[in-house]
This record gives sequence, structure tokens and C-alpha cells, in this order.
Amino acid sequence: MSEFGRLDSLVDHLATDLEPVRRLPAPSLRALAWFCLLPGLGLLLMPFADWHAMAERLHVPDLCVAAVGAVLTALCAAIAAFQTSVPGRSQVWALLPLPPLALWIGASSLGCLRAWIAPDSNIADGAEMRGCLYFLLGASLPLSVLIVLMLRRAAPMRPNLTAALAGLAAAGAAAALLVPFHPHDATASDLAMHAIAVGLIIGLNGLAGGRLLDRGVSGG
Amino acid sequence: MSFASTAFAGFGSDSYRPATKPLSIGLGASRVSGLERHGRSAIVLEETLSATMAAAQAGDAEAYRRLLRDCMPVIAAAARAKGARGDAVEDVVQETLLTMHRARASYDPARPFLPWLRAIAQRRTIDLLRCQSRRPKEVDDPIAYEAHADDGLPEAGQGLMTREREARLAQAIATLPKGQRQAVEQLGLRENSLAEASVLTGRSTGALKVNLHRALKTLRAALAQDRKDGHV
Repeated sequence: MSEFGRLDSLVDHLATDLEPVRRLPAPSLRALAWFCLLPGLGLLLMPFADWHAMAERLHVPDLCVAAVGAVLTALCAAIAAFQTSVPGRSQVWALLPLPPLALWIGASSLGCLRAWIAPDSNIADGAEMRGCLYFLLGASLPLSVLIVLMLRRAAPMRPNLTAALAGLAAAGAAAALLVPFHPHDATASDLAMHAIAVGLIIGLNGLAGGRLLDRGVSGG
Repeated sequence: MSFASTAFAGFGSDSYRPATKPLSIGLGASRVSGLERHGRSAIVLEETLSATMAAAQAGDAEAYRRLLRDCMPVIAAAARAKGARGDAVEDVVQETLLTMHRARASYDPARPFLPWLRAIAQRRTIDLLRCQSRRPKEVDDPIAYEAHADDGLPEAGQGLMTREREARLAQAIATLPKGQRQAVEQLGLRENSLAEASVLTGRSTGALKVNLHRALKTLRAALAQDRKDGHV
């Protein structure tokens, strides 16, 4: 009998009728699998996109850089989320999305100067900004649900951190998907609306996703 | 005793690092060989647990049973290193085994097993300690105060005050005239009857009553003055 004799029955219970399990693929591969959903969703939405307007807007360097930053943030945050979902992996992975996030925020912040440096810009009105908010929240919802379900198969030891990273990945992906549908150029108010949407997505993921992930690990 | 128990004797979970480089400078020969022996046994433990877990993932129940038993001392060491004590250690071991079972698909046999196990054990320890710290303490329970605050135990400083009051009383009695002092000693302090006090002092009962009355009046006045001066 072991030092913890009371647990012998638990060991027997767990070992009895043990089923073989399929090992999870490497976290980076799982992150890439989730990320592949992004072009898939983009293809689904393609018929509704205003490609001509998008091609014009992408000629503005900061908008192009912001779009690249959002895509890279989504990819790096997804990799970080899947890495931190495996026990024993370094939590330093959580820092991976910070450089592309800085690029995304930095390039987007140039929109604050748009009315000054590009007076001919197409400035958004209130209804268009609300449309952006709904698009970001709507697009991030399936992405968030899918990534949380995938993360639940592992065992995140810091569920809130992992879920917040998942939220950042979903927010970045939604912002990248928004580019072909963005009917106006970025401005300070537009940027603020995007920041609110991204903050909401990350916060909701951190709270709801964190609880879901914690229940998955602790069996609650 | 299991293999893990032997290999981890004298090992703190957090202090474990596979010794992949030879140790040489500044250490005595016996110390070097001891550390190398521990390092080798830790590496063997790591490889054994990793291979056993891989077999368990494939559905080998006997390997899984052996693995869970071998993991217990490792988990207990990790729990103790995080501050768990007594029954809490056993609770952590139980919770960690359950989490291991649910998360066993997340282990990659190409990577070391102990960091995977230790991460789960440390997390479960933190969860348990947090849970314990959130539980209300008895000292915060108002019912506990009402039930136990006045159990007849002396308050802090009460003994000192009592001794000081007794000293002042004895001093006041000592200053009384002989007749009054005898009346107080015999009737008040020794609680003798009037007849007994009369026999012992050779005074009449009437004289004793008068002396006691006068003594009490004098003492009351003396102690009242002391209270006014703040001595008692």
C-alpha cells in the first residue's frame, strides 16, 4: 500500500476500463488549424465585399499595415493560447502576440491623424461605426466558440489567461475579416469603436471562456 | 516502495533538474558522486514515467495504475513545496490524479513528463490553498465570539490587577490598630465564627463586632482614597 492508502481505490477506479486516448497534435498545428478558418470565413463573405473600395483603401500604407498587424496578432495569439493550454509549457508564450499587437495598434492609431494628413478621407458616420461594432462582435463569436472548444481538449492551467489570448486571436481575426467590408477610412472615433469591440471580445472570452476552460480541467 | 519514492527520497520537486553535465569544480568527490547518482536516478525516473504514460495513453491499464502510484510522491513533493501541509497534501494528490486522468491526451511523449505533471500538481495546490483561504475563519464567526468569549478565563492583565489590589488591602490592614486588625483577620480573612474568634483572641464577641465595624470603616476610607489616587 502506498503512502496515500486512501487513494488506492481512486487509482483502481481510474485504471479500470481505461480507454486509449488520441494524443492532441502539437499546439502550433492546432493553432494553424483554427487559423485556417479565417480564409474560409473570408471566402464565404467574399460575395458581399466591396473589393474596389478595399483596393483603394489598401493603397493607404497605415491601413494596409494595420490589416497585416491584425492578421499576425490573430495567428500569434492563437499559437500562444494553444501553447498555454498544455500543462508544463512556458507561460512566456503569452508574450508572443505583443509585437504584432503593437504593430496593429500603432498603425491603427495613425487614423487619429487622418483628417489632418488626408483631408479627402471618407469619414464614418454613427451608423457605419455601429455596423463595424456589430460585424466585429458577430464575426468573433463563431471564432471564439471554436477556439474555446478546441482549447478545452487540452488542460489550461491558467484558464483566464488562455481564454483572454483566445479572445485576442478572435478579435484580430474579426478585424482582419472586416477589411474588405470597411466602408470608410479609419479615424479616431472609428478606432475607439474598434478598441471597444476588441476589449469586449477579449473580456467576454476571458470571463466566459475562462470558466468553460476551468470546468473542463477541474471537471466541475 | 515504488521506484518514484526511492528516486525522490531527499529530492524536493522544485529542486529537480536532470544533471546532463558532469559536476566537478568546488565539490568533494563523494558529493559529486552523490549528485550524479541523484541526477541519473532522476533521468531514469523521467524516462520511466514518460514511457509508462505513453503506454497508458495506448490503453495499458496496468501501466496506468503503476504510473498513478509512482506519481503520488512527486505530486506530494510539489504540493509541499507550494506550502500544502497535512491532509491538504493528500487532497492535492487526489485532485492532481483526477486532472491527470482528464488531461492525459495533452501529454506529448516526445517531451519530459515531470514538468507536465508538476504544472498540474502546482495548479491544483494553488487552487486548494486559495479555496482554504476563502473559507471563513472561526475568529470571524460572531456566534463563536458569543459562545466562547466569556468562558470564565481571566482577561489579559486581570491577575496583575488582583495582586496589586491584594497588596494594597494587606498594607491597609497592617496599619489598623491591633484590636481592629485581629477582628478583620479572624472574622473576615479566616472566616472564623464569633465564638472561635473570641477564644483565639481572648476578646468578647461584642468587642470583636465593634472592632470589625470600625476596621471596615477605616479600610473603606483608605481604599477609597487609594482609588481616587489611582493606585487600585
